Amino acid sequence: MASETVIQGTVTRGGQPEGGAYVRLLDSSGEFTAEVVTSATGAFRFFARPGSWTLRALAAGAQADASVEAQQGTVTEAQITL
Amino acid sequence: MPRSNVLVDADWVEQHLDDKAIVLVEVDEDTAAYDKNHIRGAVRIDWKQDLQDPVRRDFVSKEQFEKLLSEKGISNDETVVLYGGNNNWFAAYAYWYFKLYGHDKVKLLDGGRKKWELDSRELVEEVPQRAATQYKAKSPNNKIRAFRDEVVESINKKNLVDVRSPDEFSGKLLAPAHLPQEQSQRAGHVPSAKNIPWSKAANDDGTFRSDDELTELYKGEGVDFKKDTIAYCRIGERSAHTWFVLHEILDQPNVKNYDGSWTEYGSLVGVPIEKDV
Repeated sequence: MASETVIQGTVTRGGQPEGGAYVRLLDSSGEFTAEVVTSATGAFRFFARPGSWTLRALAAGAQADASVEAQQGTVTEAQITL
Repeated sequence: MPRSNVLVDADWVEQHLDDKAIVLVEVDEDTAAYDKNHIRGAVRIDWKQDLQDPVRRDFVSKEQFEKLLSEKGISNDETVVLYGGNNNWFAAYAYWYFKLYGHDKVKLLDGGRKKWELDSRELVEEVPQRAATQYKAKSPNNKIRAFRDEVVESINKKNLVDVRSPDEFSGKLLAPAHLPQEQSQRAGHVPSAKNIPWSKAANDDGTFRSDDELTELYKGEGVDFKKDTIAYCRIGERSAHTWFVLHEILDQPNVKNYDGSWTEYGSLVGVPIEKDV
């Protein structure tokens, strides 16, 4: 894990975890890099590289973005509220 | 070929849920998705268990494919409508696979499972029971499948389209960013390949962009439509998505998917590699 750059967090709506949401990881130029679906507890995780990233969550009838700075060897936490 | 011949939208699928001439097939990497729920009447094909040989790295044989489709209750004269997660990567891969084994009546649900879910359309847990068939496949059509030697010979000659993310293309990452970066092969790309990520061909909801947008995208990135094209990615599923765009939507005649892709090419001894980092 020391060499990995992990970005993880949860997606919530109205204070409740949003399972089954689509989280897209966009690089600093806005280019799509990866996409995952949140777990039943609203959790998601990416293995990225150090730098600035945008997270975009898509769910039925809602969409939201969050920005993060990721560092190697650490887990960067991000919360996205729909 | 108009896209209506190869793509159907979610409304069309809803209208044909009880059409006996149509069989819906969900294709996923994550098999738990189908178990949780799926479009009513859809059967499952598992990208790994069903479509890859369990021992050597290759497709299942013609006979294995016939057995699979027969057991799934799919017959030669039915129209197969494929959809799945991951923005239809694995559904596009299965589409290419069905074409390879000569099943011409096959279509893709535009936007796949994601668009269906974002629309809040009905998903059910009930697994359909279909009577077994006697499916007959044709010999593999290798006009749409590229092998490693052809890729090496195509450097600076054909269009090579690397559809991975920019970080994988440049060599910063070995796999998509939602997967652990544990592969041992070399990083980088095939010399002369153009990096046109599959994602540029799709909207956020997973549907394909318009014909005009797609044509502009590939021409703008330097793909010469007068030349033959080989698309590749890491394991051949994202490049099946781009193969679908170029060969099926934009009707380019000579487009192959290199399913060996980077996990093969990046492990070959002696082949040239370009790397930007």
